[in-house]
Amino acid sequence: MDTAVVGAHATENDQNLWEGGKSPFRASYGKLMMWYFLLSDAFTFAGFLIAYGALRFSSPTWPVPDFVFSSLPGGVHGAPLIFVTIMTFVLIASSVTMVRAVQEGQRENRRGVVFWMGMTILGGLAFLGCQAWEWTTLIKTENMSVSVNPFGKHTSDGQYLEDAHGHPYSASQEAETFTAGQSYLIHKDHDSGDWIQRKYQTTDGQVLQQEFGPKAFGALFFFITGFHGFHVFSGVVFLLIIMINAASGLYAARKNGYEMVEKIGLYWHFVDLVWVFVFLVFYLL
Amino acid sequence: MEHHNIEEAKKVVFKGLILLGIITIVEVLIALLGNGHLVHGFSMPKWIMYPLMIGMSLYKAYFIIYEFMHMRYEVKGLVYSVLLPTMLLIWAIIAFFNEGNHWKHNRKVVQDRDRIEAGALPVSAPSATESDASGHNQ
Repeated sequence: MDTAVVGAHATENDQNLWEGGKSPFRASYGKLMMWYFLLSDAFTFAGFLIAYGALRFSSPTWPVPDFVFSSLPGGVHGAPLIFVTIMTFVLIASSVTMVRAVQEGQRENRRGVVFWMGMTILGGLAFLGCQAWEWTTLIKTENMSVSVNPFGKHTSDGQYLEDAHGHPYSASQEAETFTAGQSYLIHKDHDSGDWIQRKYQTTDGQVLQQEFGPKAFGALFFFITGFHGFHVFSGVVFLLIIMINAASGLYAARKNGYEMVEKIGLYWHFVDLVWVFVFLVFYLL
Repeated sequence: MEHHNIEEAKKVVFKGLILLGIITIVEVLIALLGNGHLVHGFSMPKWIMYPLMIGMSLYKAYFIIYEFMHMRYEVKGLVYSVLLPTMLLIWAIIAFFNEGNHWKHNRKVVQDRDRIEAGALPVSAPSATESDASGHNQ
């Protein structure tokens, strides 16, 4: 056979690369499978984000992100997107420390690996802490849930007929006005716990009351950011296990060295990669 | 396959941190400026903001995959087998967003049909129920 003759003297041509005996992708089985797992996971996340897009397209109004996400710890309001920007920096920083851990692994520097993986874990925990605060604010203070979305948007100009507590304006009070596209948050009454959907009059004379925003928003937000947060959490657990293994000297004794660090590194960068798109879709657009 | 020496490698990492940080800041600035939060009375149309922000996010994704995940140093076959399948998403985006747009324009039809199935007559309601028809009601 021709191929046998070719195989005898050619070393690096494409045909005998696939005849077995060597790795055509020059990657170990574990690393290759990590790539394909990440590919499948990318499709899962893409499916969720595309569902968000489709539902957003299908809705006449949609909550404005820089109105919804405008709180900071310490009771600060009206600081649009600042907190999520900080969260993004935390995740980018933890991705960078992960790159350093992989580099130290390639140099077989055990102490370096353990130190930089530790920094990465701290970054991951900080991110989870930020997310916990963000969720708590939305659930406890702003009363958003998977089925109730109190963030609405006016579709026309007009003025309110009631004050923020839902009581009709007295003669001395000046009515609050609004313009089309302006966002509002429906509050709950402190004592009764009832929703206060304020009545208003549009400029063409219609008397209406504040409607809730599209229901799907809450479910999509908690599900997608929750799924991402769960990835961060599992990443932290795996990082911890691999850091302990590295510290114990397990990888120093292995034939393939610190490859486990590279594999968890791929996963961790992927979590950062997904956040790039979650950040884009939920907070920027 | 790896970087030549550790000093050079550290430099690449530092560059990555600065680059991703700056792009993120610019993205947020565009979002805030475009929506009129920074300069009073100034805002940008969405068709300028959106492509800019999407473009920058795609660049961040490229940078993370190629530099941080070392895709740059992998064999072509591996690169294609991971990246090419994601092209399927282009069609998914077009198809589902288009579908979503149709839902929006056919909300009334769908709601009327729901009423028929529930045993009531279709209501050819005027604009008063328009806010109802948008499904916001609790």
